[in-house]
Amino acid sequence: MHVDYSFLQALWFILIAVLWIGFFVLEGFDFGVGMLMRTVAKTQGERRALLHTIGPMWDGNEVWLLTAGGATFAAFPMWYATMFSGFYLALFLVLVALIVRGVSFEFWGKDDRPGWRTGWEWAMVISSGLAALLFGVAWANIVRGVPINAQQEFTGTLFTLLNPYGLLGGVTTLLLFLSHGAIFLTMRTEGTINERAQGIARFASPAAAVAGIVFLVWTVINMENRTGIEVAVAVLAGVGAILLATMAVSELAQRAHVAFSLSTAAIVLLFVTLFVDLFPNVMPSSTDARFNLTVANTSSSHMTLTLMAIVAAVMVPIVLAYTSWVYWVFRKRVSSDEFDLETKNPIDLMRGGAPHAPTDAQSPAG
Amino acid sequence: MTALDLARLQFATTTIFHFFFVPLSIGLAFYVAVCQTLHYRTGKEVYARQVNFFGKLMLISFAVGVVTGIIQEFQFGMNWSQYSRFVGDIFGAPLAMEALIAFFLESTFLGFWIFAKGRVSPKTHLVSIWLVSIGSALSAFFIIAANSWMQHPVGYKMVNGKPQLDSIWAVVTNNTAIAAYLHVIFAAALTGTFVVIGVAAFQIRRGHEVELFTRAVKVAIPILTVGVIGGFLAGDQLALLLVKQQPMKMSAAEALFESEAPAAFSLFATGDLTRDPGQTNRNLKIPHMLSLLATRSWDGKVTGINELERRDIAKYGPGQYVPYVAVIYWSFRVMVYTWGLMLLFALLTWWMARKGRLAESRHWQTFAMVMAVSPFLVNTAGWVMTEVGRQPWIVQGLMQTKDANSPLVSTAQVASTLIGFTLIFTVIGGIALWLFLRYVSKGAEPQATGKPDATDVPDLTLAY
Repeated sequence: MHVDYSFLQALWFILIAVLWIGFFVLEGFDFGVGMLMRTVAKTQGERRALLHTIGPMWDGNEVWLLTAGGATFAAFPMWYATMFSGFYLALFLVLVALIVRGVSFEFWGKDDRPGWRTGWEWAMVISSGLAALLFGVAWANIVRGVPINAQQEFTGTLFTLLNPYGLLGGVTTLLLFLSHGAIFLTMRTEGTINERAQGIARFASPAAAVAGIVFLVWTVINMENRTGIEVAVAVLAGVGAILLATMAVSELAQRAHVAFSLSTAAIVLLFVTLFVDLFPNVMPSSTDARFNLTVANTSSSHMTLTLMAIVAAVMVPIVLAYTSWVYWVFRKRVSSDEFDLETKNPIDLMRGGAPHAPTDAQSPAG
Repeated sequence: MTALDLARLQFATTTIFHFFFVPLSIGLAFYVAVCQTLHYRTGKEVYARQVNFFGKLMLISFAVGVVTGIIQEFQFGMNWSQYSRFVGDIFGAPLAMEALIAFFLESTFLGFWIFAKGRVSPKTHLVSIWLVSIGSALSAFFIIAANSWMQHPVGYKMVNGKPQLDSIWAVVTNNTAIAAYLHVIFAAALTGTFVVIGVAAFQIRRGHEVELFTRAVKVAIPILTVGVIGGFLAGDQLALLLVKQQPMKMSAAEALFESEAPAAFSLFATGDLTRDPGQTNRNLKIPHMLSLLATRSWDGKVTGINELERRDIAKYGPGQYVPYVAVIYWSFRVMVYTWGLMLLFALLTWWMARKGRLAESRHWQTFAMVMAVSPFLVNTAGWVMTEVGRQPWIVQGLMQTKDANSPLVSTAQVASTLIGFTLIFTVIGGIALWLFLRYVSKGAEPQATGKPDATDVPDLTLAY
């Protein structure tokens, strides 16, 4: 069976879009929770609870980024080479943020002096925010076009990326992930932290919606070949954002799951808009349209694309299956009461009953 | 220094640092999985306490290994864009497979293992640590397959001056990849066990939980034995392949400038420390030994650097084809001599354990503590020999390193990321080491009263 080369190239473009979007949806709330570490949680027990909402998953979520990077290298090596060498210093900052963030989660609880924990909490807040911002800046610039010469080399600097449209993209993802994280927390927690997270979502979601809609309008205005589909997706994304904002302001507490779905939809649709706008380019050149990087002039051979398509077809369902199962195991809401043990004396504990009283949730594997 | 030199320095720095933690994580994950299996089978508390104690050390290692691994995947594009364009059709595939097949498995189930203890059945929890162990060992395979393709390119055809994938089967069954993978996996097992034994010896020496840690050494002994022997056998196979595939690297590892038949194995050589001094004084030698190792015959000829250089010039045109001989010679010596010490230590440990003297012999305890450093030494030396020995090539025979870096990334840019990464690595590495030593000095937690069965109560011994 011979599959058309251009079909494979389009398929891989879609798969890479799916990987990036998967990363933004999943790691998006991790970024949000990281940013809110000192705002939503005020005590050690509360911060521990917050960490436990994402603790089992954040590392797996980050693998979506590694897979997106690896898949880009395998399927579109010329795109990978131009993007990663071109966005050099921006990418360096992303890497620093991701490194600091990763170890901050792991090291936070390894010592209990207050300065240690405060330090890592600020590391989480700043690194999560920085990463959330930079991913938006990078993608806005990819869509907008950056200076690329005939040798497919990026000829700009870090400051080329810091244009108003790029920065708006960054602010949009920053706010969107902040709101996504706050809504995630209202879905995954109980008690005081839940109420604080709702408070944040009420402010962050409308702000994200406003930034997102301005960004979308600007994106549509910038579009060179404005077809019905591209505009329709952008409009859908805008509607999603508005719904999200309405939802967050009005009845978040009762319907956290609906709000989270809307928040997910807003992120998905925003990036679908960008990817639909981008195709068949992968990195348009602002120097000369003839130097545009496209799926056709950056892709691997037919054989490599076919091979990787088979690997993806086998592995992606398996990965999704066990990832979903892990989320299912950790579906129970997290309450800071579970972690405040050290602050209670034994008599309080006896009065209040066992902290881990059996609940209705059954052990899924037992 | 040029941008190219700095990019090379950056690759060396980030890779060596990353590879302190990778084999440690793989080795400790395997050791912890073994202990947890023993606990599951026997129900003995002593194994569960080992899981908790060494599990925490493993998590510190994983934390640093995982975050520094992100750089590994991205710096090919950042610093080596010409290389990425040239090899992408073949080299990208194993990296993508590594993420899809191994990283997801390892990361997802590591998080699961940390947080699901007590929430799921002991059996499910046991399966999860094995999935972590398998995932981490699998990831090593894909990256070694990718690296081995740079050492010994196979399964490709040249199309428009670039290698294009012809057979993925040839790439993943590359004989270099299989020998190198086994060598690395045995080294990883050794890294885990030497650290376990070193830490255990420290605890025994200060009289902390002597029984628990004596048991830890006994669990480690079979892994140590297999690792020391397996590591040698795989390394020997790899050297045999090198003689055919990268003779320059092997001759440089022997500082053998003039061809010899029969060839002697050099124990100690002196000479000019410039890149290519043209000759050395191979003072201490074992006659016939190199012929035996390299050709499996008593009098076999081993081609020297000078002859190989003439051949390369004839084949590839004028140029510089000799790598930094002293660096390769001494990194190979570090590996071989340290391996000798490891073998000695393994025999001694086996003997001491048999005689029941682990707890009394302070000499053995000191030896064990010192030897905890040894795997890091050989791991680093191994990569230095592998990568420096391939120079001037980035892909043996196909592309030179000088043509591979990102042409428009300036010296200042590479310098700033090099300084940035080095600073961060120093800080994070320092903190990780400090945490590691602190956990070690804190010792094992008192015997738990824990319930062995799954309950809905999460057990947060390992979580943060």
